[in-house]
Amino acid sequence: MTKTVSFLESSFDQLVETIADQLKPDEHFTLSLNSEQSQFTRFNHAKVRQTGSVNDGSLSLTLMRDQRSSDHQFPFTGDLEIDRPRAKTALEALRKDVSQLPVNPYLVLPSGNATSQEIYTGQLLTIDEVVPTLLPVVADLDFTGLYAAGLMIRAYADSVGQKHWFATESFSLDYSLFTPDGQAVKGTFAGDRWDQSAYATKIQTSRQQLDRLSQPPKSISRGSYRTYLAPAAIAELVYMLSWGGVSESSFQQGGSCLGAMRRGEKKLSPKFTLRENFRHGLVPRFNELGEVAPLDLSIVEEGELVNMLISSQTAKEYKLVANGADQGETLRSPEIAPGELSSEQILATLGTGLYLSNLHYLNWSDRPTGRITGMTRYACFWVEEGEIVAPIENLRFDDSFYQFWGENLAALTNFQEFIPDVGTYENRNLGGTWVPGMIVNDFTYTL
Amino acid sequence: MIVELSNLLSALNVSADWIGLRATQEASTHRTVRDGIPEYNRTTTTQGIMVEVLVNGQIGYAATNLLTLESVQAAALTAQRQAIAASEWNIHPTPLSARPKVVEDYTSPILKPFDALTPGEISEILTKICQTLKVSDQIVQTSATAIVTETETWFVSSNGSEAHQKFWMISTDYSATAQEGAIVQRRSNNGGLAHCYQGGIEHLVTPDLWQRVKQIGDQAIELLTAEECPTETTTLVLAPDQMLLQIHESVGHPLELDRILGDERNYAGGSFIKLEDFGKRVYGSPLMNITFDPTVPGEFASYRFDDTGTPATREYLIKEGTLMRGVGSLESQARAGVLGVASTRASSWNRPPIDRMGNLNLEPGSGSFEETITSVDRGIFMEANRSWSIDDQRHKFQFSCEYGRLIEQGKLTKTVRNPNYRGVTPEFWGSLIKVGDRSTWQMYGTPFCGKGEPNQAIRVGHGSPIAVFANVEVFGGGA
Repeated sequence: MTKTVSFLESSFDQLVETIADQLKPDEHFTLSLNSEQSQFTRFNHAKVRQTGSVNDGSLSLTLMRDQRSSDHQFPFTGDLEIDRPRAKTALEALRKDVSQLPVNPYLVLPSGNATSQEIYTGQLLTIDEVVPTLLPVVADLDFTGLYAAGLMIRAYADSVGQKHWFATESFSLDYSLFTPDGQAVKGTFAGDRWDQSAYATKIQTSRQQLDRLSQPPKSISRGSYRTYLAPAAIAELVYMLSWGGVSESSFQQGGSCLGAMRRGEKKLSPKFTLRENFRHGLVPRFNELGEVAPLDLSIVEEGELVNMLISSQTAKEYKLVANGADQGETLRSPEIAPGELSSEQILATLGTGLYLSNLHYLNWSDRPTGRITGMTRYACFWVEEGEIVAPIENLRFDDSFYQFWGENLAALTNFQEFIPDVGTYENRNLGGTWVPGMIVNDFTYTL
Repeated sequence: MIVELSNLLSALNVSADWIGLRATQEASTHRTVRDGIPEYNRTTTTQGIMVEVLVNGQIGYAATNLLTLESVQAAALTAQRQAIAASEWNIHPTPLSARPKVVEDYTSPILKPFDALTPGEISEILTKICQTLKVSDQIVQTSATAIVTETETWFVSSNGSEAHQKFWMISTDYSATAQEGAIVQRRSNNGGLAHCYQGGIEHLVTPDLWQRVKQIGDQAIELLTAEECPTETTTLVLAPDQMLLQIHESVGHPLELDRILGDERNYAGGSFIKLEDFGKRVYGSPLMNITFDPTVPGEFASYRFDDTGTPATREYLIKEGTLMRGVGSLESQARAGVLGVASTRASSWNRPPIDRMGNLNLEPGSGSFEETITSVDRGIFMEANRSWSIDDQRHKFQFSCEYGRLIEQGKLTKTVRNPNYRGVTPEFWGSLIKVGDRSTWQMYGTPFCGKGEPNQAIRVGHGSPIAVFANVEVFGGGA
């Protein structure tokens, strides 16, 4: 891995030099790299459905001149004989494009002198090892999912000499185990070194959860119920805040669900704290302008909105101070602070109600009022007087976070779980979410 | 390119039962102007080869963006290694017949090429759209987007395939967001990026463009003072721009054979449809006729063959309410033992083909728009999707729209905001009581149909007339 990363970094550096050499005095550029060498093996019924590998890389070159900008993405192969002419062609195409575009008064040029290099070497299964290592452990189960692994690189350089390089080898196994009647348990197993013993333990835990699903599911009438949401369910809710939530530009343009908090009309529960925490080190801190985010940034502190994510462009447009956000002003390393509820106390504290392991397919049903709808999914149970009674048939919920993270928030667990981001649209995602579980009163189910 | 690819295939030194090379080259330019300010001007080019190798009934794949013989040879050996490593654990032996020989060529219809307008002219139009959308100071955001994409694929295989397809595609979107205090309403051109077509600039500068833009700005303002959608069980009339979503989520996805076979259970989910349902299950009312139609000129997912080489033809998935076929190509059909369609596609060179929707359309019935509305004594007419959520079996859904109108005594009356509805798929389609005629049929699409592991977002098209459903739960917004 080290040799590959060094080779690719050297290629990237030489491309940066090539572009810098071609640059005219009044021009600026940024260059971002997203590259991966990934193994993908997909399972169904504890068999292989599809298996393969992908070597991919993409450079994004942005040219800025006369308060105008445009960018061009083109393939990165690491072979300079191929990549160098492409970079020159992209630069020429950008010059033609930029000259015809209107002025952007809020364009921000790269500045600063930040540099960084982070390289994390892993110990991953070879192509030949993946299937015979994973499947014997689950051969008697209805196991389905995706093993994704390999090298991922994110890099950045610009015309003022900033440079960042982030390379990491990692794997994730995102899986489900099913009962014959379609009930299921979800699990994720991720890291940078394959540990067969830890994998076997993880599957064993999932087996035990599967046993709980053996009885027929109970049909629950629509209504409001006291509910425990496990960390994986909370992670789904946190993702919603990156979609018209914590973004300052979204607020300024009428699209933020946090508008009521921003206008001082609403607060959340004092138990609720949300922050960006880059100390975990699983995602790069730099953004599309090479700016480095602070290690910690509180978004909601004990129920009060204290920061939104502000990119440099947004800061310039609305005369604010940027806080290292990326262009989309999304959460990149979110964390909800834990509470005081121990895992042993969860069922007793819940009393009678619903225990939800996961949520599925969330969307805003009314964004300005914070109302989210979605489905329960996987191991979800009806609980009576602190005892699990039966799994439930899936339910649709429709409720506002101003309620379930507000006055209806009863307790947060004293532990967090890391829920990895296993998304693979266009490329493997990095990082994930650190979240506790929570008990809420009167969570509303509508179908 | 087809010659170069064939030469590349001939030069490969790898032992296999079958080898296929699928090369893709795509150039896409995305321009967005927001509040009159250029927000996004990006050209994306991608190029690569997917090598599929069949060994002992198992396909292994390897994709690379380095198109040298050395790189493709390495990819072929990697794909072979993948196949061998997995063949003992194969879920179902892939027959050679799942990769038929295809010798075909296809090019999208196009009237005005992408370079009919310069980047400056496109920016000028998008800026003017933003200006026209801002009909009032209560409009707090305007946005206009045009995306033009040119995609070419070449497919060659060891059993003689030599095929090429070239797609010219354009997607447009514009919207206005209005705000008065805590009330925020957004109105767009038939829903987010719903105008997706094969073709050229003719789809950007349409004859009704400026009238439509002004109407969207006006309707965003109108929604600020509109009443909330009432909470009741009533007759729901859906415009084609919402039927796009309704067909997609509650017909297309549940009929995908890979979902029914369980491949998608860990991600997108399964289906309430069982294999034994095909040919006999009543999916909806007798008015329901759903076709898979890759032959509609200009529809977003028209093509001549899919990414396994299977020839694409128009087929009824649901005929007069009865389920006839699934959405899945020869590989899934062999596993499932049911009829399917040529719809196994990949999002690009770097993903393997899986069962996808293409163009799924609701065929026209009878009755003009006016006749359809007149037939409803009390109900709600909803336009343009705003929000969508459905369970992993594609059973319980909740959708919301941008714009609603009450129907009272056969007439459209008051505008209502935050129109939502919910239902259960079989009951909902069973309650289809009227389908509009060809004059009400409109065609849309989306580039964002997501599924698969690794994930893939693919382009689909959906055409529909206006449609009427009885006894649907509707409701409004608010905490």
